[in-house]
Amino acid sequence: MEGLNGADPVIEIKGLGLTYERDSSVTEILRNLDLNIVRGEFVAIVGPSGVGKSTLLRVLMGLAAPSSGEVTVHADQTCERAMALVFQDARLLPWRRVISNVSFGLEKTKLTKAERCQRALKVLRGVGLEDLAHRYPHQLSGGQRQRVALARALAVNPSIMLMDEPFSALDALTRQALQDELVRVWDVYKKTVLFVTHDIDEAVYLADRVVALGGKPGEVKASLSIDVSRPRERHDRALQAYAIRVKEELMAEAIAREDWVI
Amino acid sequence: MVLGAIHHFHEERRIRLLNRYIFPAIGFIIFLLIWEVIPILEPSARALLPVPSQLPHAFLGEVKSGIWLICVAESLSHYIVGLIIGILFGIGVGILTGMYKSLEAALAWVIRTMRPIPGLAWIPFAILWFGVEQGAAIFIIAIGVFWIVFFAAQAAVRNVDRELIEVAKAFGFTSGREKLVKVLFPASLTGILVGVRTALGQAWMAVVAAELFGVAGLGQRMNQAASLLATDIVVVYMLTMAALYGLVDTGFLLLQSRILSWKA
Repeated sequence: MEGLNGADPVIEIKGLGLTYERDSSVTEILRNLDLNIVRGEFVAIVGPSGVGKSTLLRVLMGLAAPSSGEVTVHADQTCERAMALVFQDARLLPWRRVISNVSFGLEKTKLTKAERCQRALKVLRGVGLEDLAHRYPHQLSGGQRQRVALARALAVNPSIMLMDEPFSALDALTRQALQDELVRVWDVYKKTVLFVTHDIDEAVYLADRVVALGGKPGEVKASLSIDVSRPRERHDRALQAYAIRVKEELMAEAIAREDWVI
Repeated sequence: MVLGAIHHFHEERRIRLLNRYIFPAIGFIIFLLIWEVIPILEPSARALLPVPSQLPHAFLGEVKSGIWLICVAESLSHYIVGLIIGILFGIGVGILTGMYKSLEAALAWVIRTMRPIPGLAWIPFAILWFGVEQGAAIFIIAIGVFWIVFFAAQAAVRNVDRELIEVAKAFGFTSGREKLVKVLFPASLTGILVGVRTALGQAWMAVVAAELFGVAGLGQRMNQAASLLATDIVVVYMLTMAALYGLVDTGFLLLQSRILSWKA
């Protein structure tokens, strides 16, 4: 790993492996994966589809059980939850208004209803949606829904934000707006972010570090710190150079695989 | 062009009005007329078929004697109590079997055995256990309602989007009770209400059937009137049932649109 010596790790993944067994066929999704994430770091995970990026997040979230290896999470004691996940599709609860979708996770805490509402409104204001607090999800655009999903995750004040291709279903302009929104929010809340995407330009633009997964089963192929100061310019030459390097790493890996040569 | 558009607009409104009110009214009047005329054309039918013009008089007679109100109250009370019992059990068992595969498996053969038995086939036992009393009618109604709501609830819970359940898990709602309260129940409510609405109609059939066997209410009164060849009174109660069902169904739709107001 690069630049981790002496740093304050918030997630330590050691030798993580995951195999699925279904109808007597065994599929190995992840093998011997090592990854450390530093507190406050914005890490993007890229890689081809089916490489196990989402599975990694699901393991961290406790939605899937690893077959081997260890995951250690050092959450902040001040945070209500260790992690919160933003899904690819917003996955709002359609029968709840925006505000009660945002306060959903808070119902697990000891906060009173009034406190939950207050907190939800504050977070909604943070993502510029307080005017839509009383709408239902079906009355929102795709971008607005994803903002609500972001607010729902932020509301529980997690130590780590896990984001699973959160903008991939949005149109290009909305996606850019939400990327900038995320950077702004990240700057305010100072969360550790683990951001899965297959869009390398997005990864390089957003992250402090880009981790490339590759292979079948998936493992870490490269880890690249993006040393470009913030605020960043979307078309910065340095960023583009980084993007090319990540693409080359992934291509080299893909070509090295025999099934690609044919 | 504009004039044409306006003309077209009026034309469409006119057709809508015709289809919504005028044609249905005409159809209904023709229906009443044919009904009124049959006994005139066929004198032998006179004793067996009351004509519409007799009905207001028969209706007023029943209302004035107070019998009508008593019968309606009796039947409604069986209906509502039976419905509530059937719905509660149906939702409860339906949700539990929808949530827990092992419970579903444990009950599979029991359900296969019991399900094909028509609700009305329980009448002998209903009378043995409860006598020719309210309880018997309520029992029969509840059984019919139970099956409908049970299957609706079970299917609704099974069909809840797994992704929404994952959201609940991701935010720490991992126990069965939490998943039920936070996601499964609200998400399956639409499907459950479809079952409840079907049950509303089914339950009316059970009311009448149970009362034809002597439990006090609309059905019993109908039976009495029929044995005296007071066919106009029989029809009054038939129409009463239709009206009550219409009322209940309309009320339910209103309630449902309030409960499901989050839908588009």
